[in-house]
Amino acid sequence: MKKPARNLTLFLLLAPAFLWLGLLIVLPHVEILILSLSERVAPRVYAFGFGNYLEFFTEPLYWRTFARTAGISILVTVLTLVLAFPIALYIARVAQGRLKAILLLLCLLPFWVSELVRTLGWMMILRETGVISYVLLATGLTEQRVEFLYNDGAVILGLVYGGLLFMIVPLANALESLEPAVVEAGYDLGGSRWTVLRRIVIPHAMPGIVAGSIIVFMLTVGNFATPVLLGGKNGLWFTEQIYAQFITRFNWPQGAAFGMLLLLLSSATVWLGLRLTGQNLGTTLRQA
Amino acid sequence: MNRPTLAWKLYVGAFYAFLFAPLLIVAIFAFNASQFPSPPWQGFTLEWFIGTGVVFGKPGVLVDPIWLDSIANSFKVAIPVALLAVIIGTVNAWVLERAEFRGKTVLAMMMILPLVIPGVVLGISILAFFSRLANGLEDWLQTDLDFLRPGLPLVVLGQLSFILTIATLIIAARLRKFDRSLEEAAFDLGASRARVLRTITLPFLSPALVGAGLVALLMSFENFNTTLMLVGSEAPLPIAMYGQMREGASPAINAVSLMLMLAMGGTASLFALTSKQR
Repeated sequence: MKKPARNLTLFLLLAPAFLWLGLLIVLPHVEILILSLSERVAPRVYAFGFGNYLEFFTEPLYWRTFARTAGISILVTVLTLVLAFPIALYIARVAQGRLKAILLLLCLLPFWVSELVRTLGWMMILRETGVISYVLLATGLTEQRVEFLYNDGAVILGLVYGGLLFMIVPLANALESLEPAVVEAGYDLGGSRWTVLRRIVIPHAMPGIVAGSIIVFMLTVGNFATPVLLGGKNGLWFTEQIYAQFITRFNWPQGAAFGMLLLLLSSATVWLGLRLTGQNLGTTLRQA
Repeated sequence: MNRPTLAWKLYVGAFYAFLFAPLLIVAIFAFNASQFPSPPWQGFTLEWFIGTGVVFGKPGVLVDPIWLDSIANSFKVAIPVALLAVIIGTVNAWVLERAEFRGKTVLAMMMILPLVIPGVVLGISILAFFSRLANGLEDWLQTDLDFLRPGLPLVVLGQLSFILTIATLIIAARLRKFDRSLEEAAFDLGASRARVLRTITLPFLSPALVGAGLVALLMSFENFNTTLMLVGSEAPLPIAMYGQMREGASPAINAVSLMLMLAMGGTASLFALTSKQR
């Protein structure tokens, strides 16, 4: 092909990608950055300034909700890791052939179902008129109905449940490549079950642990439906503040500032996680 | 390590029970003859699927316009999203695997980026940008551009912003495995570029194209975070469910959930089948 023709082909091939990334990713984010830096100085009059960010730091509800979201998300990530690890280890190292495939498939199934359906299930189990409360009353363990919904425990439960798959898959992938001989050697050298786990298995699973934790944290921080529905008024999740500013109060500059802060929290965590373990984004996401 | 303790086995069993408990509860209570989606069990009924509302005062899913409209809206979004994701994803995969140009690694990096942006942030940024665009263009053209305002077209764009990444990755992975000597052979035998593409390359890619389309369909149907920010008066299914769940719904929501589970399970198995043919 002649050079101009080749350039034209390349241009045509690149056009959709540029339209996609330009119109749907880059420019919209430039827009909320600009929006977040515009302060309202009079009704319908806006000027450049950091007022929206200042408002975040001076209004306790805002920064507390932010800190709470980050804190609970870290807790959820750790809990998910601890709960998922024995399962991933079982799938990767113990289960063989058919059983292995079935166990992995059973893990995947609930996550093809909408988040709303899963949350509905937990609401039906936990609420005052729900399954647990009914069973407790029917068996005489309690005198009256008990409300398990609308508290932090319910929110954490729902978020951990939602994160499990994204932890199990990368963990199982990482553990899959562990040589049985290395584990045997650990035992032969007199290591206990615990020592082998701590000195051989966990270090080997590190790429999976990092990948899973990053993804679970990201999904948890950005979640909306689970904390709002399971936490009710006590949910207090930062995404809810963004929604409130944008849709309910129509204060877009404030909402944009909150959005930038959430984006910052999420990407800082991803970056830190990758930095600490010297991995790159592409391979990490591909593991999931 | 290969001999699991009893405690470990019990834990694995309990874990899977935990995993399926909420889904089973949702499914079972779709058939409960009660006005509320909660125990006790009042007997078996199909009212919440096909009932006209005579028995419980509220109609079943397949008769209730709220649910039928939201399912239709979900299709109005999911089908364009899936088609566009496959077409644009194929071009992108071509760029990643075949083209050589400066800045390719940066572009490849950019294509992955949408996956690490929270869905809510994608939603508000697209909402804000397209509102500004609409304001500017409307002043200039002196016409109404409603498709740039919150509504189903904007939901399509919002979902595409990250579903395109997934579609691109699925198709690029398949293209990487393609043996280019097959194309060379076809060229040597005198085939034109278009013919090689139509008879050799695209047939090879087709499992990935179908797979990417199905995944796009699933993700579009389930997306909540981005959709919530961009939705207008016509609510797709997850948004309608959210509204009903906040108000305290009838067991019709269980019925719609069960239908969704079955449809999703079917589509997911279809995807598993197509991705196995390697």
